[in-house]
Amino acid sequence: MTRPTETPITLAATEGRVTPRAAIPADAPLVLRGLTVSYGEKPAVFSVDATFAPEAMTAIIGPNGAGKSTMLKAALGVIPRLSGEVAVFGQPIDVARDRIAYVPQRASVDWDFPTTVIDVVLMGLYRRVGLLGRLTGAHLSRARDCLDRVGMGDFAARQIGQLSGGQQQRVFLARALAQDADLYLLDEPFAGVDAATERAIIDVLKALKAQKKAVVCVHHDLATVASYFDEVFLINVRRIAQGPVAETFTAENLHATYGGRLATTHLDQLDLAQG
Amino acid sequence: MGNFLSALLLQAGYNAALVATGSALLGFAAGASGTFLFLRKRALVSDAVAHATLPGVGLAFILMVALGGDGRSLLGLLAGSAVTAALGLLLVEWIARRTRLSEDAAIGAVLSVFFGVGIVLLTVIQTMSAGRQAGLESFLLGSTAGMLFQDAVVIAVGGTLAVLATYLLRRPMTLVAFDPEYAAASGYDVRRIDLAMMGLVMAVTVIGLKLVGLILIVAMLIVPPVTARFWTERAGRVVWIAGALGGVAGYLGAAISASAPALPTGPIIVLVAAGLFLLSLVLAPARGVAAALLRHRRFQRRVHRRQGLLALARSEPILERYTLRVLRAEGLVRPDGVATEAGRAQAAKVARDECRWDIARQVHQDAGLTGRYDGLTPIEEVFTADEIEAFDSRLGGPRPVGGLA
Repeated sequence: MTRPTETPITLAATEGRVTPRAAIPADAPLVLRGLTVSYGEKPAVFSVDATFAPEAMTAIIGPNGAGKSTMLKAALGVIPRLSGEVAVFGQPIDVARDRIAYVPQRASVDWDFPTTVIDVVLMGLYRRVGLLGRLTGAHLSRARDCLDRVGMGDFAARQIGQLSGGQQQRVFLARALAQDADLYLLDEPFAGVDAATERAIIDVLKALKAQKKAVVCVHHDLATVASYFDEVFLINVRRIAQGPVAETFTAENLHATYGGRLATTHLDQLDLAQG
Repeated sequence: MGNFLSALLLQAGYNAALVATGSALLGFAAGASGTFLFLRKRALVSDAVAHATLPGVGLAFILMVALGGDGRSLLGLLAGSAVTAALGLLLVEWIARRTRLSEDAAIGAVLSVFFGVGIVLLTVIQTMSAGRQAGLESFLLGSTAGMLFQDAVVIAVGGTLAVLATYLLRRPMTLVAFDPEYAAASGYDVRRIDLAMMGLVMAVTVIGLKLVGLILIVAMLIVPPVTARFWTERAGRVVWIAGALGGVAGYLGAAISASAPALPTGPIIVLVAAGLFLLSLVLAPARGVAAALLRHRRFQRRVHRRQGLLALARSEPILERYTLRVLRAEGLVRPDGVATEAGRAQAAKVARDECRWDIARQVHQDAGLTGRYDGLTPIEEVFTADEIEAFDSRLGGPRPVGGLA
């Protein structure tokens, strides 16, 4: 009988010191440090570190229930986080809130609500206008302009529930555009939309990148990752990998993220990086 | 009738005029500030809050008597009711947020427990020597007898403040009611806005307690917004239309109850509000029942017409009676079921449209297009003449007869 060899691990703490954390880069649009979110006592996102790149389009990918949307919502404070820090352009989120625009999943909305398309876009300006301010003609023409950018200019007076799913998604993108933010966070913007909408949305997002904005999308369609995005963030409760699509979007990383759920035949059809 | 008219013109005496004015103001405040609670789908929270006022009324009375004062001071009673109403509200919110119980269970529990405590206190007060003539039961169903000028002032001041606060908070409340996730992501504190929304409703409940009573005040908070929703698709307008409807219901209800000796004010106001609701439910142009029925009928007629004409074009029998009736009414089919000249022409046109659509769907295999083909839209409305010509060339219609030249 041989005793199991014990690998010696030196703990920094035993020497009375804790490794100092690297400073948060001020130009990074969004930095997460040790972000943990749990529903009950089951962590949905566990101790995730992430640094999202400026002037790039990043896809957050992972299987169902991997915590993609949860991570985004917790970063924004929509749901409470158990631990972890969030920095937006090097500042606490409440300071930099006006530099973020968020496009939630369509499911979170009351579709019979008495609001027209243009009213929804104007909601993107509420914070800027403040409680006492008035929405002026300039605000209105700005909102119309944003609607035009997503190709929904003709629908301004419609009640929001009368649109198709893809049209609704474009209106929510227009609301985010109206905020004129520097960081755009989108939760499954391509889920359940028609091909025309998908093209319209991706065109707008690429235009944002060209204006040196950062775009982060929760994304579910592996087939389009390589053509739409510059960076990927792979998550399955824990962070699996992050980096440029050309280096990180590999079969190995996808296996680590999806486990057996991903058929090899499916992988063959993807435009994967060679890792 | 004469009584009603004079009451309507505030000529039926000082008390009646006071009640009518107070009711109109209360109606406006309740309709406007109840709107967002309705849009947030939490209308019934107001019911729990209203019932939670009762123990406050009883406790305030006992406290004021114990301190040697007049237990019937309105401001004192209202202050007491506000305290327990706030407690009830926070309790509903806490139960829904912190326990596994849902909000409807929380509402049911808080409503009945607080109301039960209130009734016990009222019974205790009945046995007190100072309690015999307290008249606290009037807080249940409201009472207009002996309404004082100061009561009207309470309603006017409180109501104005509530409407003002509703106006100030209209944008955050709209955001939270429409899309709470986006509101939270934009940095709004959803919980605080919800509490403010319900606090407003609580304030209106308290000031309206004396006039319409805690059981019926809920109707003034909910019915006008629900009615207003029939007439507009914009949240901002729902607020003002609900206020106006509430004001009209309050004023008319008070005038009607003043015109006859035995008509109670609060219930009559609620009935007037319900009458306005019924009218809107049936007659509203876009969302009303009549309009919806008419739209459905028209649509059904178009479908039957199209199907009937397609059947004619394919010389299939038309079995459905309604289809035949539609075609006959337009003179497309003779009473014996044979297509007329016009019917054949229309059938040919519809058949060609259908063929063109078949080609169009093959050419444009686009998800965007499928939404535009509903089986009823003429192809000329979607494609240009040139595009249709291109489809026709692929249809391979009639070719010239004869061999190669």
